[in-house]
Amino acid sequence: MPLLEAIDVHGGYGGMNILNGVNMTIEADEVGVIVGPNGAGKSTMLKAIFGLLTITQGEIRLRGEAITNLSPHKLVEMGMGFVPQENNIFPSLSVEENLEMGAFLKPGTASRLKAQIYEFFPPLLEKRRQPAGELSGGQRQMVAMGRALMNEPSVLLLDEPTAGLSPLYMNEIFERVKTINAAGVGVLMVEQNAKQALRIAHKGFVLAAGQNRFTDTGAALLDDPQVAKSFLGG
Amino acid sequence: MNSTSNTPSSRHAASHRTMPKRELVLFGGLALVVLAVFATMGPAYSTRMLVEASCYAILALGLTIQWGYAGQFNAGIMGFVALGGFSATFFSIPVNHEFWSSDLPGRLGWVLLAMVVVTAIVFGISRLDRIGVPKLLRTTLAIVAGLVGYLVVISWLRSVTGDIESQVEFIGGLGLPVWLGWIVGGVLAGGVGYFIGHICLGLRSDYLVIATLGIAEIIKAFLKNSDWLTRGTATISPLPWPVAEPGDVGFLTARALYLSVTVVMIAVIFFLLHRAYHAPWGRMIRAIRDNEVSAAAMGKSINRRRQEIFVFGCILMGIGGAALTSFNGLFDPQGFLPLNHTFLVLVMVILGGPGNNLGTLFGAVLVYVIWIMSGPMALAVMHAFVALGSHWFDWQPGNLDSRALQARVFVIGLLILLVLRFAPRGLIPEKVAHHD
Amino acid sequence: MNELIYFFNYVVIAGSVTGCIYAIGAVGVTLIYSILRFAHFAHADMMTLGTLAVLLLTLAFPHAGDPLGLPTAIVMLPVGMAITSLIAVGIDRAFYQPLRNHGVKPIVMVIASLGVTLMLQGLIRLFAGTGSQNLYVDARKEIFRIDVPGITRPIILTEPQIILFIVTVLAVVGLHLFLTRARLGKAMRAMSDNPDLARASGINTKLIITLTWVIAGSLATLAGTLLSLDVAFKPDLSFFLLLPIFAAAIVGGVGHPYGAIAGGFLVGFAETLAVFNWSVLLRPLRDSLPTWLELPNNLALVGTEYKIVVPFFILIAVLIWRPTGIFKGKVI
Repeated sequence: MPLLEAIDVHGGYGGMNILNGVNMTIEADEVGVIVGPNGAGKSTMLKAIFGLLTITQGEIRLRGEAITNLSPHKLVEMGMGFVPQENNIFPSLSVEENLEMGAFLKPGTASRLKAQIYEFFPPLLEKRRQPAGELSGGQRQMVAMGRALMNEPSVLLLDEPTAGLSPLYMNEIFERVKTINAAGVGVLMVEQNAKQALRIAHKGFVLAAGQNRFTDTGAALLDDPQVAKSFLGG
Repeated sequence: MNSTSNTPSSRHAASHRTMPKRELVLFGGLALVVLAVFATMGPAYSTRMLVEASCYAILALGLTIQWGYAGQFNAGIMGFVALGGFSATFFSIPVNHEFWSSDLPGRLGWVLLAMVVVTAIVFGISRLDRIGVPKLLRTTLAIVAGLVGYLVVISWLRSVTGDIESQVEFIGGLGLPVWLGWIVGGVLAGGVGYFIGHICLGLRSDYLVIATLGIAEIIKAFLKNSDWLTRGTATISPLPWPVAEPGDVGFLTARALYLSVTVVMIAVIFFLLHRAYHAPWGRMIRAIRDNEVSAAAMGKSINRRRQEIFVFGCILMGIGGAALTSFNGLFDPQGFLPLNHTFLVLVMVILGGPGNNLGTLFGAVLVYVIWIMSGPMALAVMHAFVALGSHWFDWQPGNLDSRALQARVFVIGLLILLVLRFAPRGLIPEKVAHHD
Repeated sequence: MNELIYFFNYVVIAGSVTGCIYAIGAVGVTLIYSILRFAHFAHADMMTLGTLAVLLLTLAFPHAGDPLGLPTAIVMLPVGMAITSLIAVGIDRAFYQPLRNHGVKPIVMVIASLGVTLMLQGLIRLFAGTGSQNLYVDARKEIFRIDVPGITRPIILTEPQIILFIVTVLAVVGLHLFLTRARLGKAMRAMSDNPDLARASGINTKLIITLTWVIAGSLATLAGTLLSLDVAFKPDLSFFLLLPIFAAAIVGGVGHPYGAIAGGFLVGFAETLAVFNWSVLLRPLRDSLPTWLELPNNLALVGTEYKIVVPFFILIAVLIWRPTGIFKGKVI
């Protein structure tokens, strides 16, 4: 049974449909990457999965269970983690408190998980008492991912985790995503840096105009000349 | 919120069809209510009620352009009403010859002159940094000069006003026509509105609420405590009318004449507002209210427009307050109450339809009639409650009249909340014209 | 030296008393703002409501405090706080929550809170009349005179003032510990920082909102009761408390609890200093002054009747020069 399934999803804001039938499937040990041109509905799809906008048609399933239009709060309880692209930290809270907020639903496990996160993102350990708002962009992204991981999610949704980061940090983040996935967390992320992202992707979804244009393994999409020409900049 | 935005055109089309009928029904009902009051309470009483309602309508129109047109909420209407009332009083009551024949006007003049001089000096010092004085020194100097100057002037003023109070009671009026006082009242209110607006309109609207609330209490405190100017709690009466007085032509005729004056004023305001609303200026105002960011992106000078509308609203409140005070024939600074002069007007506007002049007029008359009639009703309800209360709990409250008044406070508050929740656009909502 | 003691009694003590009240009030306002994003204008009447609850309890059990040696009102304070919190949560459920779910603009919430303030005012005066009442029912306010060696005039402190200082310190420390140590306190700060992310982290925002009203209602009861113990219960104080409390919250930076405390003391002391008659302090110098410089009897910056002008001018000054407040507040 796939971890996360999206079947013919339609939806959008204010009656204007942005998604016009998107299909996706991710297994528990996979990294899925959504790429595509601006306005293709990539982030919208992620938000639709996380219950942040109304799905008008289609279905989303988590381990076979329908979760269409459930509230984010409920989805977090069911083991879904979401890292928005912007405003993804609590700036005036310390790094440690940011992480604790991620484990709000499971206060008992907080200290054990915190230690794991620090091991995973070593720069955060020394900055743990600093307000998260004072950190650099890459470290903020680590805080954001760490916060989402504190809930021990089975699937993690990342909205452009490398946007605005230097190439150094970008590779670091992609490495972390691979490690997170290796630890048994299914990952679905939206990426602008399509080539690098597809390299670590088991599955790639190329969206255009709110529909799947190409769906294949990451490597196959990278090799496909048509994809390369239209979506990966040659 | 998502589901409504795709259907604005259909909703407007529907509202265009039904609107005239709705207005006719509502105004017809209102006319019946007014007639009923005429039949039961007599024409003299009812005309008085109508005059007061029309004065309140002017206040409500002032608020509807601030809140309805521009989304600025003014919680200090009472202050502007009091300013207008003071101006009407000061201009219209007879000259106090005792005061003018003494040396007091001269002394008061010197104090005012000193005030101007001190202000000029402090202002000058605050600009010293332009000729090379360090900023810290400039600020220190300005604060010290301001403090010393203020103390000197205020103690001088205290002695002069003390003498005025002990020798001639108060400075009296100017003995000029009332309408001049009304106009100046509007100007004064507009000036205060400009000051407040200049500071607050660029900030979140919450700040405007607290600032207007504060300035209203300050204006009231000033008028109440400046016995030399307003006789304070001793109150001033009678106040002349712009039309024939009841003593000459009888209550009914005089009040009817007064009513015709206020009705003409409302008609003029209505005409001006109607023109402004449909002019580019009005469209711009609404564009700013509905979407500030895009209006700013289109290069509109938002703060200027906001300032204009806020000041304009305050002017109307000043004029309305002046007309109301003149009609009451009594200037009592303590009689200006947040409930009667701020929140009642608020209810009129949000119930009638913010942004819709006709709706505001409807709301003003309806709410005022209810308000006037609710006094005796509240008392009756109070008696019923006390009967129950004493029966069950041996509750024996005293002074029922003042407690009945408080029951009205409760009802006004509840009404605000109910309207916000169940009829947020009022009984006669603003008609949003197509301009796209 | 008598003058210095006079200054201490009428400025240091009086200013601290006012400062404590404003600080507790402003913390409530600022907490509500940071969670619910609107200026809660019914806060002053919530203070009055809380005090009324305590007053009624005190009237019902006038001697409950005797065994503890405390004023009965203080013993009844926790009960009054609980009642007021309950009412505050009820008001939120009945009036604010529907509007919130409707997604109205913050200014509409402000108007709703004005409606609530009128309702509370009506209810309070309906049951308590408009006259002032002493919270010391069947008891006497203790006054402590502390003699300073070599000076005839004593330092004067009253029992409620001492209680006020102790309770304020306890409340501030308690709030600090709650916000920095407790899981829900941190969640409150998180929600104030970023409500969307708080929701996406699984924080129960409804619980946090309820908690905010409980804290605000309790603090309001605390401030109102302590103020009324010091002077008397006055049902019609609200508009005069509202301005200084909001000025304090804005001076301190809206949404910033520690700023609100600082702002409260700033406004409190500014008010006290402004109405203080400085002539008293200069009196010993009178004989040494040149004859042309006659010392006026009244050198107060503003008369007591214009006290409300002080917070207003502080507010205006802050809005002009530093709209974010001393400690950078959140949203303008």
